[in-house]
Amino acid sequence: MSNRSDVLSPKLSRHLLTISDLSREGAIHILDTADELARVSDAPIKKLPTLRGRTVVNLFYEDSTRTRISFEAAAKRLSADVINFSAKGSSVSKGESLKDTALTLQSMGADAVILRHSASGAAHRLAQWTDGVVINAGDGTHEHPTQALLDAFTLRKHLKGARGEDLSGVRIAIVGDILHSRVARSNVLLLSLLGAHITLVAPPTLLPVGVHDWPVEISYDFDEAIGECDAVMMLRLQMERMKSAFFPSAREYSRLYGLDRERMKKSKKNPLILHPGPINRGLEISADCADDVDSVILEQVANGVSVRMAVLYLLLGGSHE
Amino acid sequence: MAIKAVLSSADIDRALMRISHEIVEKNRGSDEILLLGIPTRGTYLAERIGIAMGKAMGKSSSEPIPVGTLDITLHRDDLRSKPPRALTPTRIPGESIDGKRVVLVDDVLYSGRTIRAALDALGELGRPALVQLAVLVDRGHRELPIRADYVGKNLPTSHDEVVRVSIAEVDGEDFVAIVGANQYE
Amino acid sequence: MSNVEKIANKPIVIQSAYSLEGKKVDLRIESGVISDISEAGSLKASDVDVINAEGLQLLPGLVDLHTHLREPGREDAETVRSGSAAAALGGFTAVHAMANTEPVADTAGVVEQVVRLGRKAGYCDVFAVGAVTQGLNGAQLAELGAMAHSMANVKVFSDDGKCVFDSLVMRRALEYVKQFDGVIAQHAQDPRLTENAQMNEGVVSARLGLAGWPAVAEEAIIARDVLLAEHVQARLHICHVSTAGSVEIIRWAKARGIKVTAEVTPHHLLLTDSAAESYNPVFKVNPPLRTERDVQALRTALVDGTIDIVATDHAPHPKESKECEWSEAACGMVGLETALSVVQESIIESGLSNWKTIAERMSTAPAKIGRLTHHGLGITKGAPANIVLYDTAARRTVSEIRSASKSMNNPYFDRTLPGQVMYTFLHGNLVVAKGDLVNPL
Repeated sequence: MSNRSDVLSPKLSRHLLTISDLSREGAIHILDTADELARVSDAPIKKLPTLRGRTVVNLFYEDSTRTRISFEAAAKRLSADVINFSAKGSSVSKGESLKDTALTLQSMGADAVILRHSASGAAHRLAQWTDGVVINAGDGTHEHPTQALLDAFTLRKHLKGARGEDLSGVRIAIVGDILHSRVARSNVLLLSLLGAHITLVAPPTLLPVGVHDWPVEISYDFDEAIGECDAVMMLRLQMERMKSAFFPSAREYSRLYGLDRERMKKSKKNPLILHPGPINRGLEISADCADDVDSVILEQVANGVSVRMAVLYLLLGGSHE
Repeated sequence: MAIKAVLSSADIDRALMRISHEIVEKNRGSDEILLLGIPTRGTYLAERIGIAMGKAMGKSSSEPIPVGTLDITLHRDDLRSKPPRALTPTRIPGESIDGKRVVLVDDVLYSGRTIRAALDALGELGRPALVQLAVLVDRGHRELPIRADYVGKNLPTSHDEVVRVSIAEVDGEDFVAIVGANQYE
Repeated sequence: MSNVEKIANKPIVIQSAYSLEGKKVDLRIESGVISDISEAGSLKASDVDVINAEGLQLLPGLVDLHTHLREPGREDAETVRSGSAAAALGGFTAVHAMANTEPVADTAGVVEQVVRLGRKAGYCDVFAVGAVTQGLNGAQLAELGAMAHSMANVKVFSDDGKCVFDSLVMRRALEYVKQFDGVIAQHAQDPRLTENAQMNEGVVSARLGLAGWPAVAEEAIIARDVLLAEHVQARLHICHVSTAGSVEIIRWAKARGIKVTAEVTPHHLLLTDSAAESYNPVFKVNPPLRTERDVQALRTALVDGTIDIVATDHAPHPKESKECEWSEAACGMVGLETALSVVQESIIESGLSNWKTIAERMSTAPAKIGRLTHHGLGITKGAPANIVLYDTAARRTVSEIRSASKSMNNPYFDRTLPGQVMYTFLHGNLVVAKGDLVNPL
């Protein structure tokens, strides 16, 4: 027993399904915790005993080596046991329902399930069928909360610096296929929660009809919008959108909404460029700009592990009343 | 609520001064000493000890004794008993702790579990030459085979008493008091 | 045309029920018809079976123009027997079974089979809706005449589940059924605007990342179809109207004298698209739940008659079709057993209208559209005894409702709803008594 005064973390929701699960306080706390945990990665022995005895399952219905490995590294650094289920070649691909898979994982004693799935709302459903903690690693076109957290972490590190800080005063443009982007939805929620000023830049066809309700500005003019930005987040464009007449051609898209040196010259602040990866070189980012982005992407990888460690610690590290 | 003050501000100053001299003496004035305070109050005590040691060793202010802070939250053995605790900072001056004479500094030594966690945390940061422990107050009731090398004051207490350490940098003034549990409102 | 030929043994006197005018009346049923109605306490109670209906509301047997009984082909979800029993518990004495079965009801053989199954079960009169196109392919007209002239006497034709999208095919269908006083019931949904659509397109869908089903996809088809109906001078019926814009178009069409009728489902009178936030697919339905503004417009339209009837679009689905991700789930909600309660909550208890109007919308008008001869004739002396006694003061949590339907996809699962059907008479025979089936399933 200790009379050490315990400072508890701000109360977080049981699961991390959507950024709406977080309060402003909770979000800042996750970033601060990630900041501390980042130093673990600098230590010679990258291991903490904190989640020893906990079992974390990566349930990935969509291929995503990077996100899965990031969660795996995060869980293992906290000494949790990690089990990987990927869609190919398992009972999952043979048509076992999400519900049955959830019940199986439950009886295996999974303390947490990290789910990536192509259906919006899959994580919400999974949370109905399992007692463990559910972390949404990307559900359809709905949300990808830990991606937004790591984007916010990177932005804060470069533009604000200190612990305890939010993102007020930061001006960011999110550019591209907003309509189909779970990264965009989570970022709009999180960055506005943290006080950033957000401009969405996209052709009208790639903005959802309900976007007027979001705490953002809209612009169809990338050259104009990039002027005052401290940061620009480029979203990945999927070429199959052309088939449903969202935009006429790759050439027209990249001319109007792609990032290249010419457009960068129109910015007044030399903005930080973010991209959730992988980049379509020449489409949303020109080859010469892509190299600049690459270095941030590598930094994002490390930040991703720290942020995911923070999420795992805060959701699994204590008791749940 | 009746509070029994057992150490005044002056008592604390004297104790820290004595501890500082003891550390210098026991370590034969080594240059490899590294003070690590355990947050929150241990950190400030470590800073004060560092300054006092510097004076005792005749060091100029440009070559201070290295003082850092070591978070032990993630190594606690009672994490699951409460909702997640907030992490505190870990800042280690210098390149690494390998080969250093680390002196852990904390305000109160009680069950010894905090120090056990601190030793585990240190183990992941490197391999010190040795680890010593300085505490302002030792209140007894060890649950693990842990002992302090430097003690400000031995304070025998009963389990239902609470030792309250007040430190100017955190609480506004310096004192140590024992609060009887049945005297809480 | 009566499906059920059994005659009850003794006459029945119902005492002290509320008439549609709100007066207390006694009512006598004999040889399958209402043989007398008069002031409460005035009818002789000897040599008869007596039902004390103190506090209960008299309603004419309800007529559902739009139900899915799933048989043939999807008996795992519902059968004609279980569905018609559910209908009786909901106060319906006649239902129209939609044609999107397996095989599709596009021949005399299938529609006759459905009618026969209904007669055998005996819980309510089951009428068959015939498909407009073969196999619901939208391209080739089905043998509408054969179905109309069969023993099933089909009057209502619909490809419901799918839209008759080809303008030429729709025009021809509207014209063709005039010869036997039939009507085409259109499921208005432009398939190109709703590819892989999951829920109403709007603020909620934007936030939830679910593909949107825009209101215009319904409204544009209705606009086209009312103009076609005007041009060829045919009757037209619009299934499950769900948007304020659709209501405006129908109002305009009626003002021009176009022979269009329209239906609304109970769920579109009560629920909105914010129900999707839980991602629980029990709320996934086609057409989707819309906004509060749409709900209010639909209620107003039902009361002022722009929308002629309430039709349940009872759509049973087995558990595995709803216990999955939203995008994988089937569309539809069960509704026969809760229809009257939901209408009571949304129209009566909100103060918008009264039981007399509801009786018109849920019995008289649908019977007229379907050209039924033994239903929808009201509660008058000499009319067939298709009658319901309804307890308006009851309150039930939906989980308590013992369901006859085989499926559980009920969107009111966490609610308390008002009202309960206590007695249902089908041609003078008691099918539901004291809230339960007289012949259990």
